[in-house]
Amino acid sequence: MSESPRSGAGADVGAGSGAGEASAAVADAHRREWAFVLAATARVAGDLDVAEECVQDAYAAALTAWTRQGVPRNPGAWLTTTARRRAIDAKRRDRVLRAKLPLLIEPDPPVAASTPPGAGRAEEDEVIPDDRLRLIFTCCHPALAREAQVALTLRLVCGLTTVEIAQAFLVAEPTMAARVTRAKKKISAARIAYRVPAPAELPDRLDAVLTVVHLLYTTGHTAPGGDNLVRADLVDRAIGVARMLRTLMPDEREVAGLLALILLTDARRATRADPQGRLLLLEAQDRSRWDRSVIAEGTALVPWALRGGRPGRFALQAAIAALHAEAPSYAQTDWPQIVALYDALLRVWSSPVVALNRAVALAMAQGPAAGLAQIGELEAAGRLDAYRYLPAAKADLLRRLGRWEAAAQAYRDALALTDNAAEREFLARRLTEVTGAPS
Amino acid sequence: MAEYMILICEDESAYATATPDVLQQVMEAHNRFSEQVAETGGKIVEGRALQPTSTATSIRGDVVTDGPFIETKEAVGGYYLVEARDLDHALEIGKLCPARFGGVEVRPIMVFG
Repeated sequence: MSESPRSGAGADVGAGSGAGEASAAVADAHRREWAFVLAATARVAGDLDVAEECVQDAYAAALTAWTRQGVPRNPGAWLTTTARRRAIDAKRRDRVLRAKLPLLIEPDPPVAASTPPGAGRAEEDEVIPDDRLRLIFTCCHPALAREAQVALTLRLVCGLTTVEIAQAFLVAEPTMAARVTRAKKKISAARIAYRVPAPAELPDRLDAVLTVVHLLYTTGHTAPGGDNLVRADLVDRAIGVARMLRTLMPDEREVAGLLALILLTDARRATRADPQGRLLLLEAQDRSRWDRSVIAEGTALVPWALRGGRPGRFALQAAIAALHAEAPSYAQTDWPQIVALYDALLRVWSSPVVALNRAVALAMAQGPAAGLAQIGELEAAGRLDAYRYLPAAKADLLRRLGRWEAAAQAYRDALALTDNAAEREFLARRLTEVTGAPS
Repeated sequence: MAEYMILICEDESAYATATPDVLQQVMEAHNRFSEQVAETGGKIVEGRALQPTSTATSIRGDVVTDGPFIETKEAVGGYYLVEARDLDHALEIGKLCPARFGGVEVRPIMVFG
């Protein structure tokens, strides 16, 4: 995937391209340009549903037009112009119908409008504003429930269909459709403005956006259920949105941190399961198969994300992921440094999940007993009761200490909380090992 | 500008047992709130406090019953009808609204026609 969806790759194919080339170009433009086209069309349409319809129409029209006339030099600009014209027509037609609850468009763009590359060359002389940030901040507004933020982001920013989103989250399609409709209705009824937040609100609002993108990634990374450990499409979408944010907000350290974290985690994608699809933990992964170019890209972002003031939670997690990526082996990982980073992370983000991860790192730095004591404290606090990785981590440390009985019980506890087939298989295998071990 | 209702939901018993000092502070906070709303560029259309839910009478169909519809620890004890530019502005106003024994709910007013 290119650094910028606006970089215009795939353009300049020229006339005479066949139907196959045109449909490939449309598919490519759908993946790269959807957010840009929709965001710019929403401003004209004044209504998210109308904007979506017009953009869909524009993509359909592109297939015919590009087959006949060739792929334009700037497919994104072509699509945007077409969709915006349709939106203006629709607005004229339906003025009465749509006048009730229009999308609240702020007239003054807080970010400078950018001219897409190639614009002004084509028949479009108009400057098309880059409204993608408005779009994603609207989708991730805190007045919307997290699950609605996620659904809207996939629908409006990534251009996924409701069916695809429903499948990704193992939710019935009518449920997902209702969720999207409700969220859109709230945006117009409560007048959630189509804008980038003011500087004072930006840190909190940006954190919500980054949380949604990270959630997309983790949902794809370890599918909540089903047979495949990784749902590649969702992972790619999350990486795409993270790259988009990095391009649009180059000065935000946490954006760099999120992209780095996702890249560094994803570089290990191919090694997270063995050829039979069975889960492999970090220590058992074949490090020679980690994607070094992705690691290099992610690692390069880390110092930048950490510099200047107290680092945020994504930057710190990225720093931890970078240490793992650079380590020659699990045992030779810089565990004391990782524990220190987890300490810093807990200070900015006091999450019991972070505390659990710190306990695992502590076990590596100071021995399983030290980690187990920390996990015991977390268990006593009761904030991770339904979290499957707590008994799993506990079981592993008990196993290392040779406490087979207790380990077996912890593996059973973990199994009871896990639906992912690959993870279940792993836990069951370990359970067999510890129950068969000599006492 | 659009209209939003700010519903103040608080623990009534906290008011019942509050000292005159505390009640005085609450009054002052509400007076200050009116000024603060104006500073944000918003406007209070109307603001009222309600008698406690012990004075409420509910009617469903023809049946009249003593008390509110739902007994909850936190009940609507007052409201402000405000004018704001958008939800973010309304939420900014809502954050300023005094509700020391609970919180506020911000709801857009439905526009017909």
